[in-house]
Amino acid sequence: MNSLRIPILKVGDVLIASIQVALHDASAVQFKDDLLQKIHDTKARGVIIDLTAIDVVDSFIGRMIADIAAMSGLMGARVVLTGLQPAVAITLVELGLELTGVLTALNLEKGLAMMQSQADQTEENSDATG
Amino acid sequence: MPQAKAAVIRSDLDIVIARTLARDTAKELGFGAIDQARIATAVSELARNIFLYAGTGSVTVRGIEQNARKGIEIVCEDQGPGIADIELAMRDGYTTSRGMGMGLPGAKRLMDEFVIETQQNVGTTITCRKWRAS
Repeated sequence: MNSLRIPILKVGDVLIASIQVALHDASAVQFKDDLLQKIHDTKARGVIIDLTAIDVVDSFIGRMIADIAAMSGLMGARVVLTGLQPAVAITLVELGLELTGVLTALNLEKGLAMMQSQADQTEENSDATG
Repeated sequence: MPQAKAAVIRSDLDIVIARTLARDTAKELGFGAIDQARIATAVSELARNIFLYAGTGSVTVRGIEQNARKGIEIVCEDQGPGIADIELAMRDGYTTSRGMGMGLPGAKRLMDEFVIETQQNVGTTITCRKWRAS
């Protein structure tokens, strides 16, 4: 089966993946594996997953996103989910998947700003303690 | 009223095809964007259940009308093992597969009517409907 690869871009120490097509199960699993490998290879501190173009997030994809956030966290990279459409947010909560523990931002720009302010805070903390 | 259309479920790719069919039909029938997402998500859950538990089956989508109400009806059929305990399968968080146990209860919450007919080793038919807000 041809499984489609989601491009993962690196900007500074942040990885950005914008999902533009409906993910089927195999491509979602492939994306998880690719992303974790890329975090390892690039030593990224943050990951932004942009879902602006996605109109359906079902329980499988929802679980995949929660897993990616947890696994990235174990590797020292924070995940911010951006661009969730209103209809997607509503169906996720009605489905029973509230993705608690996953950071979100309204759009890519706000996601990047969130990532930056957290990086600054981490630096301040390490300045204070070090 | 658009004719009934069916999608055969044989692989995870067909799950995407089935939910796209449901969304397109819902749009044709005049459902709003949020209801389209609810319907597409419910079909995604039900089609995945067919793929995971029965391997193959079908999803049929059609427009319906009752007492001047317009709606969409989705029938998901398989000749799989059947559901041994419906009450348990409808419980949030219960799963026998790699899912989150959101499939059936989640799909039910997203739709207005939801009926399961199942017989062990014969198969399962789930009929669900959503009515358009007038």
